[in-house]
Amino acid sequence: MKRRKHTREFTIWNVMTIICFSFFAFFFLYPLLRMIIGGIYVDGKFNFDSYKKFFTSRYYMSAVANSFKIALTSTCISIVTGTTYAMIMRHVKIKGKKLIDVLLLVSTITPPFLGGYSWILLGGRVGYFTKFINKLFGIQFPGIYGFWGIIFTFVVGSTATMYMYISGALKNLDSSLVEAAENLGCRGLRKIIKIYIPLILPTVLSTALLSFMRAFADFGTAELIGEGYHVLGGLIYSSYLGEVYRDGAMASALSSITLAFTAIIFMIQRYFATRKNVEMNSLHPIEQKDYKGIKGILAHAYIYFMTTLSILPILTVTYNSFQKSAGQVFVDGQYSLDSYAKAFSRMGKAISRTYIFGFAALALILVIGIITSYANVRHRSTITKTVDTLTFFPFIVPGAVLGIATILAFNGKPFYLTGTSIIIIAIWVIRRLPYTIRSSTSVLHQIGASVEEASQSLGANGIHTFFKVTLPMMFAGILPGALLSWVSCITELSSSLFVYNNKNMTMSIAIYTQILKGNMGIASAMSTILLVSAATVLTILFTSSKGKMDFGL
Amino acid sequence: MTVTINIEHAKKVYDNNNVVIPDLSVVIKPGEFFTLLGPSGCGKTTLLRMIAGFNTIEGGEIKFDDRVINNLPPYKRNIGMVFQNYAVFPHMTTRENVAFGLKERKIKEPELSQRVDDMLKMVQIEELADRIPSNMSGGQQQRIALARAIVIQPDVLLMDEPLSNLDAKLRVEMRSVIRHIQQQADITTVYVTHDQEEALAISDRIAVMNKGVIQQVDNPVNIYRHPVNLFTATFMGQSNLVRCSLDGKKGTLIGTDQSYEFNRINDDCTEKEAIICIRPKDLKFADKGIKGTVKERVFFGTDIHYTIETGAGELLLSCSVNDPLHEVGETVFLEVEKDVVNLFTTDENGTTLMKR
Repeated sequence: MKRRKHTREFTIWNVMTIICFSFFAFFFLYPLLRMIIGGIYVDGKFNFDSYKKFFTSRYYMSAVANSFKIALTSTCISIVTGTTYAMIMRHVKIKGKKLIDVLLLVSTITPPFLGGYSWILLGGRVGYFTKFINKLFGIQFPGIYGFWGIIFTFVVGSTATMYMYISGALKNLDSSLVEAAENLGCRGLRKIIKIYIPLILPTVLSTALLSFMRAFADFGTAELIGEGYHVLGGLIYSSYLGEVYRDGAMASALSSITLAFTAIIFMIQRYFATRKNVEMNSLHPIEQKDYKGIKGILAHAYIYFMTTLSILPILTVTYNSFQKSAGQVFVDGQYSLDSYAKAFSRMGKAISRTYIFGFAALALILVIGIITSYANVRHRSTITKTVDTLTFFPFIVPGAVLGIATILAFNGKPFYLTGTSIIIIAIWVIRRLPYTIRSSTSVLHQIGASVEEASQSLGANGIHTFFKVTLPMMFAGILPGALLSWVSCITELSSSLFVYNNKNMTMSIAIYTQILKGNMGIASAMSTILLVSAATVLTILFTSSKGKMDFGL
Repeated sequence: MTVTINIEHAKKVYDNNNVVIPDLSVVIKPGEFFTLLGPSGCGKTTLLRMIAGFNTIEGGEIKFDDRVINNLPPYKRNIGMVFQNYAVFPHMTTRENVAFGLKERKIKEPELSQRVDDMLKMVQIEELADRIPSNMSGGQQQRIALARAIVIQPDVLLMDEPLSNLDAKLRVEMRSVIRHIQQQADITTVYVTHDQEEALAISDRIAVMNKGVIQQVDNPVNIYRHPVNLFTATFMGQSNLVRCSLDGKKGTLIGTDQSYEFNRINDDCTEKEAIICIRPKDLKFADKGIKGTVKERVFFGTDIHYTIETGAGELLLSCSVNDPLHEVGETVFLEVEKDVVNLFTTDENGTTLMKR
């Protein structure tokens, strides 16, 4: 008896999955494999010199230790700050909550290097705050450099992200659970430890992973604020793009080792997260209450303080962009639009290019994401399952590692793609694909099969059903995530930095190079343009979803 | 236009060699309201989805009249289906939902609007025509689903527990709406439910299913009054099962000294032992009979249920609220409605011993 499972439609979806996968394999698996092999197979023979050098050299090992220290410390602190933030926002009526939500959302799109750069302007040796504090107290505060400077920048950057995800989890926590606990005599701190923490732990863990990965593989911030505090990300960057020498084998080895570390961290996180997983579906979300007196003041103070910290980098950059600048320094008290004029005349191409690339990448992400997730949910087979698993890997590959892998694979025979638009778009697609596939998979599970069955029973064949019923229903669910993907794409730096030249330079690369060249005015103006456009998209998203946001993972 | 559904030796095996339906045959007559009734996991929804085309068929044939539909994809079967969770398209208005199937069939204006409007009127949701269903009540959504399934004039209407997500009052209301519309449209209908009361109220005929096997197919009255086996008898509401020794038609309830002459027993019955299935309504308080003590009394409004400790075990008795009350601890005597109760064999099949 022929099984209906293997119908024409089943075959079509599997073939489509394979087509999507070949794109993914070519731009992700192939470069990654070449990179891993490149670290141990040099000039036609096996050569472990790079690894030997790595594991015997104090210099390299201390970089690993430094990266771990930074990632672990900043993640732990931002778990505390972010959870506190979310708990207050969920329980206390904060004045101006809507504005705060928008501000935080905007702050999460600030590229990390931009955060580092503005914190130097604010708290560096000659920063506004440093000068102010030193004048006020008559001390010699040296500015926020070194280890704690890096930590500070990361914590400020991660708190908003932490808050958004944890707040989502708290929204799903039914108030009756808390009431039941109180009813059984569990109050105060015990209530938080026994009820809240176990229930939001999976979300906290997955967000912590996000922040850990970001900090672990970062190089921009450490480069700017660290002042000699060397980290793994910086080593990768300088081993290949450094001014001194180009060592492909060493870059490969360093990237492979970094990848191994992130993979291990990921597996540890997964192990705990899946064991602690809980299903929640809230009918009665916790209600925000008015807190009077000292409690209310403290709550407001904390929220306002953290929000201000989060958006200060953006405010600084925007303010600077309207200042008159003379090369490295801004002239106090004089304002002009010169920076914008220069930005448009010198970098106009980069601006329009960024948007074109961004929308091209978004379209590709949506097509590939929807096809692979739909095939895997509704026409599951070994093929779709494998593809689904493999497409998650970019999540654990740090941007710099992907950048190294891509340039090693496409900077020579047989594929010369460095400097093309294709390579930038491909990198963006690969980096965002895991998020889109996850979110559309969960949307598909929510929709359930019966609506599609209803459509089929009414006479619509598989293709009609997909386009008339499934796709429109999915769209509302994946749109927020897709727009967020678009924003992350146009602010992406750590991978694209490796494969750019003048023909495919995007805004974030342009900003970074302008900062390095010392053209602070142009950098600020371009950053403002980038942030305003991203903020516009997010505002549209925020108002159209009426505050009901769900960004998938 | 109405069709006969002919199911011959249908077999369903799931991927892990789990046989859900071993060999099932039944004929569903044209225009009939046919209900598949059984506990969860008995294979009733599986069978319905085989007819709909969402489940594969591993053996036998399913025919609409003489047409074998085994390998026909769902969208070519011309069926209307109503789902437990309504499955109303949330991105379309009521009107668009109902028009969906007609548009797939390339029905043009003005016929399209005419048929949609008539249908909306029939299920009484004209005033919701241009609204999006997301904020509608379960009853309203289910009306849309019903209209959407019937407007395409399907050969067969399939309903998978359509009322189980509704509250009790709405369930009764929708029950009569469905029955009324089905009769008006004259469509062969297969209805799946686990609620025996619903099945009895709505159906022309009922198939009681257990473990993938049809136990009995009959009209509601016969299913209730003349169950062919113990499974069907006990599935139709609460019952007291009491063992009795049998001598011809004379049965003695074990644990009591009461014997009855059960006239409806088969004339050639040779069993020496049997199980009597006594519905709570078929026990009456009397001056003599089975002696017992009232252990518990539960007040339901129109009915009162008594649990009575007797020599034959605990027996449940149901009587009208207007009958004289008995107190907990009181000694009472019970009489069995001997011409109504059914007797079954004591083997695992529990086959009926009664005449029809």
